[in-house]
Amino acid sequence: MHPAFSVVFLTTLIGAGQGLFLALFTVESYAAFGLLPGQDSRFYALGSAVALGFLVAGLVASFFHLGRPERAWRSAAKWRTSWLSREVIVLPAFMGAVFLYGIAHHAGFNPLLATLPSAVPVRLTFLLGMGGTLLAFALFVCTAMIYACLRFLQEWHTPLTVINYILLGGASGFVLATALSARWAPEVAGLLGGWAMILTALACLGRAASLLRNARLKPKSSLRTAIGARHPRIVQKAQGAMGGSFNTREFFHGRTPGFLRQVKWIFLVLAFALPLGLLAAGAAGAAFIVQYLGLLAERWFFFAQANHPQNLYYQGVS
Amino acid sequence: MTQLALVIDLNVCVGCHACVTSCKEWNTSGSAGPLSDFNPYGADPTGTFFNRVQTFEVGEFPNTETVHFPKSCLHCEEPPCVPVCPTGASYKRKEDGIVLVDYDKCIGCKYCSWACPYGAREIDEQQKVMKKCTLCVDRIYDLSLPEIDRKPACVKACPTSARLFGDVHDPDSEVSQAIRENGGYPLMPEWGTQPANHYLPRRKTKLRIHEDELVRADNPLKIEGRLPKPALSEPSLDDVTSW
Ligand code: SF4
Ligand code: SF4
Repeated sequence: MHPAFSVVFLTTLIGAGQGLFLALFTVESYAAFGLLPGQDSRFYALGSAVALGFLVAGLVASFFHLGRPERAWRSAAKWRTSWLSREVIVLPAFMGAVFLYGIAHHAGFNPLLATLPSAVPVRLTFLLGMGGTLLAFALFVCTAMIYACLRFLQEWHTPLTVINYILLGGASGFVLATALSARWAPEVAGLLGGWAMILTALACLGRAASLLRNARLKPKSSLRTAIGARHPRIVQKAQGAMGGSFNTREFFHGRTPGFLRQVKWIFLVLAFALPLGLLAAGAAGAAFIVQYLGLLAERWFFFAQANHPQNLYYQGVS
Repeated sequence: MTQLALVIDLNVCVGCHACVTSCKEWNTSGSAGPLSDFNPYGADPTGTFFNRVQTFEVGEFPNTETVHFPKSCLHCEEPPCVPVCPTGASYKRKEDGIVLVDYDKCIGCKYCSWACPYGAREIDEQQKVMKKCTLCVDRIYDLSLPEIDRKPACVKACPTSARLFGDVHDPDSEVSQAIRENGGYPLMPEWGTQPANHYLPRRKTKLRIHEDELVRADNPLKIEGRLPKPALSEPSLDDVTSW
């Protein structure tokens, strides 16, 4: 596939926003259960604002993907069948939850709603955070399923796609939260940094697993089934147009296999190895930037690696 | 239920592209707007087409065959392109099984083109909406046309009658018979899309001659040659039998 930068930015930006929100709520949960001292609500408010910023940026990027952005509202119609439609609904809902969560913390409006048996207080922000967490995971699933549900894009059609979207987004969000906490909530920087390293390591495992899987994929379609001629040697002599078409632009990345291999190693280093080192060294801000660049490369590779069966019909011009 | 479809006979397609130009002419002139072209007379012409004819060489020289392969939307019975559409712009008609795009609803997200394994959908770079073969839905029901013209433009244009049009759910239709009797097959059956369009394979007409047909079995001495011609004065067979 041809990686569209609108989608590369959309998925990486909202992934970081979702992960950051999950990190904030993790801290609040620790505090609610008394495992950590309660945080200054400014940390949550600021974190929510940053998360919202990433989500808005992702949303803006997504509009560049549409041919007719002015009709985007129509895309909420088919949520019963289309994962894209579901994403279109869940993304604003999640943004709303993050907004309310941040506002509640910012305004200090946090009434005690109930107390659980073991004297665990249930506050308004805790409930909002729970809702936001559910929506964050729903959004990860929607985004990933857009790709994973296409059964003939065999590189994507695996549960690993969903797992990796969650882990990669989670890792970058936790790294970002670590960077923010260094300034705003130093007491939890250690906790967040630890989780950031764990998630980055898990994401590395997940991505490595999908790389291994995809390296051993056997394409189900061949020119034999594509045109229905039973012969091992079929060569395309003409594709119906010589100047290219939508089919040659949208479904080919146009790079050499060597370039793809380089991008793979680049993202393995930038998204996983370097950030782990930087986090260990306590440079969370740098870790986030490096990892985000790595994730851009990872997403580019994710799209480029997917081999669409329609490409069988576009093998030669002559 | 009706399922309209094309049956394309690869045995007789000569790759003349008449269906391509006829399709383009009809569908660029309709009320749905043009099928945009860019740079049509320049170095890198490109544009939107519903139908393309491709050419493949099957086999190794000298035993090769050139297969001309017309390709358009197959109006799948289980179209993977329809459920993924977030707006409902892509839909399959219940009454005749044609898969269509509502150009007024489409947001140009291209997701449906990713979901079609055949590359049958092309975005119109001018109108920024997804387009594909409509089976000339604006022709086949047009009562102002003589009945013989109520067929897709490509079918009308094909000089070798390589394209048949009809209801593949009606077992007695011309298309169903052609599929049944001439080994019609769907493309990429492995994805379970159940394309309505079918292709008829290359077929060779072979005459099998057995050895005993080459050498006369009733000639035990294996001497071939002209039988001696009786002289004019000798009795003819008629004379003999009329003794
Ligand atoms: S050929 Fe492609 S566009 Fe046409 S119905 Fe089948 S999947 Fe959809
Ligand atoms: S490009 Fe148009 S028809 Fe295709 S999925 Fe998007 S909205 Fe639907």
